[in-house]
Amino acid sequence: MAGNQRVYKARIKSTQSLKKMFRAQELIAASRIGKARARVTASEPYAKAITRAVSAVATHSDVSHPLTSERPDVPRVAVLLIASDRGMAGAYSASAIREAERLVERLQAEGKAVDLYVSGRRAVAYYQFRGREVVRSWTGQSDAPRPEVAEDIADTLLEAFLAETDERRVGELHVVYTQFVNMVTQRPRVIRMLPLEIVDGVTPAGETSAALPLYDFEPSPEAVLDALLPRYVRSRIYSCLLQAAASELASRQRAMHTATDNAEDLIRMYTRLANQARQGEITQEISEIVSGADALAAS
Amino acid sequence: MAQLEVDLVAADRKVWSGTAKQVSAPAAEGEIGILAGHSPLLSALRAGRVSITAADGSAITAGISGGFLSVDEDAVTIVVDSADLDVSIGSASR
Repeated sequence: MAGNQRVYKARIKSTQSLKKMFRAQELIAASRIGKARARVTASEPYAKAITRAVSAVATHSDVSHPLTSERPDVPRVAVLLIASDRGMAGAYSASAIREAERLVERLQAEGKAVDLYVSGRRAVAYYQFRGREVVRSWTGQSDAPRPEVAEDIADTLLEAFLAETDERRVGELHVVYTQFVNMVTQRPRVIRMLPLEIVDGVTPAGETSAALPLYDFEPSPEAVLDALLPRYVRSRIYSCLLQAAASELASRQRAMHTATDNAEDLIRMYTRLANQARQGEITQEISEIVSGADALAAS
Repeated sequence: MAQLEVDLVAADRKVWSGTAKQVSAPAAEGEIGILAGHSPLLSALRAGRVSITAADGSAITAGISGGFLSVDEDAVTIVVDSADLDVSIGSASR
């Protein structure tokens, strides 16, 4: 019986130190999420300006640009998966990866070869463990992505998309990321980034409801488009990364909050069991003493 | 005199915004200057320096690394990949 008590005490202790860790992670995530959301807001003016400009060009000139033309003849497509660098975020990475797997299956059923581009150590580890090839991966910045990283990702993917003869050439680019709806809801999402759909994809309803003025293009509509579209893709990818970062932190905060609660429950349960064991031990000792005294008195 | 509403935005933040008398920027085919009443324009920008003369007379210059500029009914939006703002002659209103 004394052994039981010791076991319970040890469990209480280890659960308590785990609880401290969960609590710390929760607080860290909570303090970072504000920053992550501020970053999302800070990137909006750029995204808005660029979207407006792209729609302006699209409405006033015949758009024909490599980035906007469908290429059904290319059998290879790229999938960019954005997951997290660390775990402790509940099902965050798992559900993004699941979404990506579903997309890959669908694309393969359509007879396309899929090139994987991956951001986040968790997703890299997932594919490494399964021995699947990842064309390129980015790690180390999943909860605070910098514009340079987005630029690097976008440049790599644009290069793959625009390559003339390379065997890495891809005809489409899909992005899997987790959309930050609010603190409670984050939704894994798949978007087809390339080729760009200028008409419906680029112009969200309501945003450009006012008629756009007739612009002069300097030096020419094509050149302006050449400068705009890669930036547009970059800004879209950056905003995906930022959304994913905010989602990751929100998931982590929630998961760690639940973990802290569970640790408290466990501690409570073990404390009860330890008390029971102690009480049982005392009862046993008393009955031993009483029966011992009875035996002495009887002799 | 009519004034320009200027927004200078980089990928991750708004660098400067306010009213201005004049904006000059390194367009693809040479420096362009913009005053109020300019016709709508979309232009690609080279790397170089943007200078803005704010409404209160102070001058704002920023080094940029390429981007584009749009003018639309006296609203000027300069979208750049990255910008280093340096403020001279009085402080600019943020």
